[in-house]
Amino acid sequence: MSDIKVRAKLEGTETVVKCLISHPMENGLRKDAKTGELVPAHFIEEVVCKWKGEVVLTASWSGGISKNPYLSFKFLGGAAGDPVEITWKDNLGQSQSETAPIS
Amino acid sequence: MIDTTRRTLFKGSLAIGPVGAAVALAPGLLLADWNQAAFASQDLGSALKARLGSSAPETNDAVRIKAPDLAENGAVVPVTVETSLPNVTAIAIVAAGNERPLVASFVLGPAALPYVSTRVKMAKTADLIAVVKQGERLFINIKNVKVTIGGCGG
Repeated sequence: MSDIKVRAKLEGTETVVKCLISHPMENGLRKDAKTGELVPAHFIEEVVCKWKGEVVLTASWSGGISKNPYLSFKFLGGAAGDPVEITWKDNLGQSQSETAPIS
Repeated sequence: MIDTTRRTLFKGSLAIGPVGAAVALAPGLLLADWNQAAFASQDLGSALKARLGSSAPETNDAVRIKAPDLAENGAVVPVTVETSLPNVTAIAIVAAGNERPLVASFVLGPAALPYVSTRVKMAKTADLIAVVKQGERLFINIKNVKVTIGGCGG
């Protein structure tokens, strides 16, 4: 089950994409309350957003992005049914992708 | 790999003056070449110094940064950056009070509009800075966000 929720909506000429990704986004600076140890950094480093295979946005993130990150962006030229693909990659090499059609 | 060596105080590398004043950020920000070292860096000046440019960033009200005046929860501060400036190729969000101030950068493809919205962590009351790249020039605008740790307001 993908941990990315994507909604892409055509509003006039603009396609508005909103996505919510499940991810701990640990910046490596937080101490575990019980053990007092630093929780190791585990955060999404890059998010690539594509429309019909073309890269519309590339986001580079640090651990300073909130847990379960939200991202919204807009682009022109989209039509209903076009696929919008969101792919993230984190600092531990994990990756996930989700595609949704523009509605 | 995050380099969490010394804590570098974030001062001097970013002089936040009144609106309209030039800000002493390192010029020539080429966000497409941003690498992890930049994000790991605790010194904003070196974090932004991806390539030398010709002009220092200037505050421009065509760059709009929207964030709450008061964030009850510093772990989740919504921020939206958009601009009416044309030909914007990249946007960055900086949380001036964080240990690692450069929080995010976005490289815009040709179809993208200069608009991004996300949620950031803020360590304390500080300025959120939106950086927008147009050609070789950088434009910024600043929104100060008060953060109440513990969420009791005021």
